[in-house]
Amino acid sequence: MRINLTSVFVDDQEKAQRFYTDVLGFVKKHDVPLGGEDRWLTVVSPEDPDGTELLLEPDKHPAVKPYTTALVEDGIPAAAFAVDDVRAEFDRLSKLGVRFTQEPTEMGPVTTAVLDDTCGNLIQIMHNGG
Amino acid sequence: MADDVFKALADPTRRRILDELTDRNGQTLFEICGRLVTRHGLGLSRQAVSQHLAVLESAGLVSTRREGRYKFHDLDTEPLEHIVGRWLGPKTPRTPKTPEGTP
Repeated sequence: MRINLTSVFVDDQEKAQRFYTDVLGFVKKHDVPLGGEDRWLTVVSPEDPDGTELLLEPDKHPAVKPYTTALVEDGIPAAAFAVDDVRAEFDRLSKLGVRFTQEPTEMGPVTTAVLDDTCGNLIQIMHNGG
Repeated sequence: MADDVFKALADPTRRRILDELTDRNGQTLFEICGRLVTRHGLGLSRQAVSQHLAVLESAGLVSTRREGRYKFHDLDTEPLEHIVGRWLGPKTPRTPKTPEGTP
């Protein structure tokens, strides 16, 4: 058994596609119309195109909004991504206008930061070490 | 008011929270929990940390700031200034001239 897909709920798939590709730097893997406006939309890391896919899932279910609102209020990320250097990513993304709710911080064995994906979620980025 | 401040400061976890807010003001609950567990080995539940923050807030030592969809916690040292000013105020205490000096 292995983890090949995980998902975040997004309030707008078009906007999410732009943020996760143009800003974060992932690449689109699958884009399948599901009827209506909804798509089966996944992205992968260009460093690992056959790796775990991230599904950008529509947030239309009524349970989603209260869930994501409560998580964001407390600063809790919906997903975490590995980067080479959290501070370098913080600088790069800040220049692109990305809002961070937690600036780079050493947390024991890892360095982490938390950013807003503009589609309803907070995302943690991390690397091992200080 | 001062009783609340002393009560809030009497707990070592709450003092750690103030330490971490001194390191960086304006933290989410998630960041405070992360700092407590990774830097101090204090693996408390979010609910427990929330309760500690509520005690600090009612003592006026922490204030909560809503910014859009986020909630940040800021350190407020004003209650400490009142406490310190009580004994370390602008008036220099006079050393009593006689042992019977008024306390």
